[in-house]
Amino acid sequence: MINKQVQDMAAALDGLDDGAVILAGGFGDAGVPNDLLHALSGLHLKNLTLVGNGAISERIGHGKLIDSGAVSTYIASFPCAPHAKLFDPGTPTADVALEIVPQGTLAERIRAAGAGIPGFFTKTSAGTPLGEGKETREFSGALHVFETAIKADIALIKAKRADRWGNLVYAKACRNFNPIMAMAAKTTIVQVEEIVELGGIDPELVVTPGIFVDRIVVIETPFTAQDLS
Amino acid sequence: MTGGLSRSQIAWRAAQDIHEGATVNLGVGLPLGIPNHIPADKEVVFHSENGLLGMGPPAAEDEEDWELINAGTRPTTLLPGGSFFHHADSFAMIRGGHIDICALGAFQVSANGDLANWDLGDGKRIPTVGGAMDLAVGAKRVFVLTEHNARDGAPKIVERCSLPLTGLACVDRIFTDLAVIDVTDRGLSVTEHLETISFEELQNRTGASLEQSSDWRPLISPALDGE
Repeated sequence: MINKQVQDMAAALDGLDDGAVILAGGFGDAGVPNDLLHALSGLHLKNLTLVGNGAISERIGHGKLIDSGAVSTYIASFPCAPHAKLFDPGTPTADVALEIVPQGTLAERIRAAGAGIPGFFTKTSAGTPLGEGKETREFSGALHVFETAIKADIALIKAKRADRWGNLVYAKACRNFNPIMAMAAKTTIVQVEEIVELGGIDPELVVTPGIFVDRIVVIETPFTAQDLS
Repeated sequence: MTGGLSRSQIAWRAAQDIHEGATVNLGVGLPLGIPNHIPADKEVVFHSENGLLGMGPPAAEDEEDWELINAGTRPTTLLPGGSFFHHADSFAMIRGGHIDICALGAFQVSANGDLANWDLGDGKRIPTVGGAMDLAVGAKRVFVLTEHNARDGAPKIVERCSLPLTGLACVDRIFTDLAVIDVTDRGLSVTEHLETISFEELQNRTGASLEQSSDWRPLISPALDGE
């Protein structure tokens, strides 16, 4: 019998190692797998490369993992919300290497990895500081830059509901990066609020088919930014 | 110094150029005023790059749903007919040329339509690009809404941008508190400006050469509540 549900966080994060490339879902606080990221912060790993849209605070989610000292490189489109205490000179996270990537290019680099496409040309960032040093080519008279896929060891994602095969549905705007990250990692670990019986998710409505999911951990009441105040 | 249009009036003027049935993405700042000026009988679909089509107005204070946020990460609403999708689809809509109009704010726009709106380049903060570069080059038409001059009077419409670029030759039309200006193959063409200032004065407050369009007309806007 296939059953991807694991019993606890320790089992969900088993085998993660120093130096791993980790995709983490979410936009703002919506769809961020905060519980997985906080548990990972407690493992005291080193030299992780974290990939995601951005951190909203050093106290939660991506920011909390970065602030724990586990991350040496952060690849993000909006690495830090204006009030987050991260990456500033003189702080413990000042040495984190930042790679700023346009949001659509970030999404496409992740999608490409999941689809077996090593790279692609895009007009986005051509002629700007973020396109500097990249291979370029003209298509229809417009300059394009070459971007490479971001393949990862681990994806940490959040969904609303799963079945034991790993079929997933998401809540509203919490979908964001999660489905494409699920496709782009060797091991995809998802936190969900509930598990339903096989067939309990209408097959017409499955967003992430179970083939892209390896481990499921149930967190009935996920930690959110609303819990900070 | 201006006596020009208010921020609401700039948004009103831009809203007049959004057609029935258009799919529109709005950047932060002045563009966020545009939906207030779309009449109820004109159906316009708003796209939010975090994965919404058919976005409605911001959520009322007692109806905030933090699973339903906009690109500014504030609670919003979804209209009947709206949809949710993931980031690769959302940015395929943008980068694949499916968004009819994107309205953005600007630090600078150049005579050939280069846009600078993401980084002041002063090294004072961590650069954050978000979806700005995708929107600038991906939408079918790019509107810029901006004050004609910065607070210190410096022109924001310039021959060449001095700030880090967001996109090359991507702006189609500029709406300011003084004028409506099209970016054309021949340069900047003023289609409207306030009758209270002369073309020469407008030119003096602009850092790039302007020409008056053959179908020029006065820029007018209704008095708006709260101004």
